[in-house]
Amino acid sequence: MSLNAAKLREDEYFYGHKACAGCGGSLAVRIALKVLGDRSIAVLPAGCMSAVGFNFPQLCFANNAIISTFAGTASMMTGIRAGLKAKGIENVQTVGFAGDGGTADIGLQALSGAIDRNDDVIYICYDNEAYMNTGIQKSSLTPFGAKTTTTPAGKNIRGNIRPKKNMFEIVAAHGISYAATASVGYLNDFMNKVEKASKIKGTKYIHVIAPCPTGWGIQTKETVDIAKEVVDCGLWYLAEYENEKFKLNYKPKEFSDVKDYLTRQARFKHLNDEDIDFIIKSRDEKWKKINESFEY
Amino acid sequence: MAKKFLSGNEAFAEGVRLAGPDVISAYPITPQTIVVERLSEMVEDGSLKAEFIHVESEHSALSCAMGASSVGARAFTATSSQGLLYMAECLTYASGGRFPILMMNANRSTALPWNIYGDQRDSISLLDHGWIQAYAENAQEALDLALIGYYVAEKKEVSTPFMANLDGFILTHTYEVVDVPTKEQAEEFLPPYDTENKLDLDNPKNLAFTAGPDYNMQFKYKAHEGLLRAKEAVKEAEEKFEKIFGRKYTGLVENYYTEDADFVLVTLGSIAGVAKEIVKRRREKGEKVGLLKIRYLRPFPNEEIAAALKGAKAVAVFEKDISFGNEGTVYTNVLSAMQKGGLAPKTSNYVGGLGGKNVSPEDIEKIFDDLKEEKEGVNFIGIGGVRH
Repeated sequence: MSLNAAKLREDEYFYGHKACAGCGGSLAVRIALKVLGDRSIAVLPAGCMSAVGFNFPQLCFANNAIISTFAGTASMMTGIRAGLKAKGIENVQTVGFAGDGGTADIGLQALSGAIDRNDDVIYICYDNEAYMNTGIQKSSLTPFGAKTTTTPAGKNIRGNIRPKKNMFEIVAAHGISYAATASVGYLNDFMNKVEKASKIKGTKYIHVIAPCPTGWGIQTKETVDIAKEVVDCGLWYLAEYENEKFKLNYKPKEFSDVKDYLTRQARFKHLNDEDIDFIIKSRDEKWKKINESFEY
Repeated sequence: MAKKFLSGNEAFAEGVRLAGPDVISAYPITPQTIVVERLSEMVEDGSLKAEFIHVESEHSALSCAMGASSVGARAFTATSSQGLLYMAECLTYASGGRFPILMMNANRSTALPWNIYGDQRDSISLLDHGWIQAYAENAQEALDLALIGYYVAEKKEVSTPFMANLDGFILTHTYEVVDVPTKEQAEEFLPPYDTENKLDLDNPKNLAFTAGPDYNMQFKYKAHEGLLRAKEAVKEAEEKFEKIFGRKYTGLVENYYTEDADFVLVTLGSIAGVAKEIVKRRREKGEKVGLLKIRYLRPFPNEEIAAALKGAKAVAVFEKDISFGNEGTVYTNVLSAMQKGGLAPKTSNYVGGLGGKNVSPEDIEKIFDDLKEEKEGVNFIGIGGVRH
């Protein structure tokens, strides 16, 4: 791999914001902008990153940045690209940072439109698996079993009853120029994917798992570690889609213990053995498909 | 200048071609569709050099236009009715961001019941979203509003988006002979868009930010001031317009025999053409009637309305709009202007044409008959059953 933490530029582009300690989303934004550099325009919808970074007069982006409407990350990026092209301004990266709700729920229509037009933008979904900015409500990327403030774990319903929406393959099904999954637990992999995306023309989509200590019920120092563990236990995977092919980037020799991953998080504390067995079974089915259809 | 036989939509598209936007984001909706069809043809044949973006919704149409405007590009979009309501979130965003986007709105009824025909409930229900709102009477005015719209919106001290409204079908789909100016004339009139309110690679900015209670009021007040400054900018634009194109416009309102009128009808949009004919005939018979056409609902012409209605004994407002549970919104606004101007004539409100219900010359005649009797109250035209 060409890029690593030692090779990243010293400059900070997302600095002095008021994100919570241990915020995975802010780490993803910070690292991506260090890869993309000065000539990048960041678009952020309503959500954690805009809430913590854009409070007048405390504006925390050193590069150009703008808040879009919640649903409008991709459509605003489209307009920025078109405007830059019309004005003859070249060599600019237009990058969006939207959360899981902003991407997979309210922003999906606009994202689909941008991919369909093959607009030359990088869309990064920082996935903390719920609407964290409003106080931990379920999104369509909340995993099965997770307790949120709108999927309480009670006697009758045991947290979120639906599986996580498969955004990576939904995006790939558009025939997108480049798509990748990533995790802030594997930062080198993430930063190299951002760099690769910056060199590809057309629409690029990177889906990065970014734990939220507040919403997941973990310690702030555990963010990176748990973001690693979700990959190691096989509940998330590192992959790419390019030239109509899926490619797995990393295959754990042996999965780490799913139960360990789940029970260290408050949001999964209520799960019983049956629930955990179901999660493991779902993981194995997913990996069967990955092993069958992804290159490695 | 060339004479062409054009529909309102086509005339507006010609105006947009002359204004030369950098980016057009378009989503089709009846009765706006022909504007974006013509613009796509102009881009295809090279007579309009613009990025034409096929967006996936009206929300995206305006969001995309804002993105373009945020890097200093001139942006255009068009919509109607449900589409305008669907993008409503972006309306306050564009005005708060001070993005001088031009949008054509084909005035159309709003659901439910579903209806594609013209009334003005769509735009009037969004009067408070911080846009300049102009209403065209005919196809010529539609074309001219595309040029004047950008001129006014892009004035630095205004920096406010501009909505040009055309009555659905009645204006968008009917044909008239229209003077189409030359590109040279248009360029003489409309300077290139230049702004500091943009994302700039040499001077990075954070735009469209959050402002908490400490600062929010001030930003809102500045947007309000910007919109008010459009009054002066419209005047300036129209003076320059007349010099170059030889066509005169009359600012935020048009007075038609109001100067000594006892009985005045106030209205807006294409119905003003019918009303003028009726006023002219009644004047020939010696009746002291007049018409006040409101050309801009925002900024609202409070002083102009008070001045025009100063001597009136009775004033009626006809509008294709109803604020459910109250009265026509134009009426409410006109009453406020009269009250501030110290006027107290007899007043009445006529709500008609909702969902495209035909408003006949007889309906307008009836309003003038009522005016002479100094009738008061809120009336609905055409609810007495189906007229085949």
